[in-house]
Amino acid sequence: MAGLTAKRPVYRNIHVTQILGYRLPVAGIVSILHRISGALLFLAGLPLVLWLFQESLISELGFDRFLAVVAHPAVKLVLLAMAWAFCHHLVAGIRYLLLDNHVGLEREAAANSAKLVIVVSLALTLALAGALFGIY
Amino acid sequence: MSNQRIVTGAHYGIGSWLLQRLTAIVIALYTLVLFLSVLLLPEFNYGNWANLFANSFMKVATLLGGAALLYHAWVGVRDIFMDYIKPTGIRLGLQAATVLLLAGYGCWLVIILWKL
Repeated sequence: MAGLTAKRPVYRNIHVTQILGYRLPVAGIVSILHRISGALLFLAGLPLVLWLFQESLISELGFDRFLAVVAHPAVKLVLLAMAWAFCHHLVAGIRYLLLDNHVGLEREAAANSAKLVIVVSLALTLALAGALFGIY
Repeated sequence: MSNQRIVTGAHYGIGSWLLQRLTAIVIALYTLVLFLSVLLLPEFNYGNWANLFANSFMKVATLLGGAALLYHAWVGVRDIFMDYIKPTGIRLGLQAATVLLLAGYGCWLVIILWKL
């Protein structure tokens, strides 16, 4: 009897080391980026923005310190990362609100809107990068 | 199956789910208000910037936007902990630390806005 039973595949939880081996659909990429961007905003964005906000309002001297900190290239890179995280989180969030209201639930529409989220959030980040690096 | 036992928990999940979306809308609206307010400043300098936040409407709007953000962050971070942190003790510790941190951020925002 033992020889007659076919070997059945065993499905387990995905281990961390296997994650990169899985090919996510574009909606899945937007989903995990939504989570990663949210975590980044919580860990780095919130304390950084609060501290910069405090410096900018506390006094004229504080405002000058705020401008000096923001002018530092390393800080600009961090702010750029935060700008991307915010833009992605916002645009993907709008998509989720639409999906919650049953707008664009069809497979093709959902895949297209996921691609649109990536494009729009990167374009917004680029626009903010222009302001950050003083291009205009 | 009318006599089937229904095990559904305390139903607080639906409240968190809905509030996460409502707070998201508040945050998006506040972002728009702040963005337009800064764009409308004649020049970005200390005087104009401080003047913007001297306005009581802006103070209250910022506090409400900040409160929405902190609650939104709480729901999101708790979701991440529930998905990835399985040992109850560690999860509880992290959640407690997050609540304290977010509450502290809220107090800090009040201090900044009202220059306490």
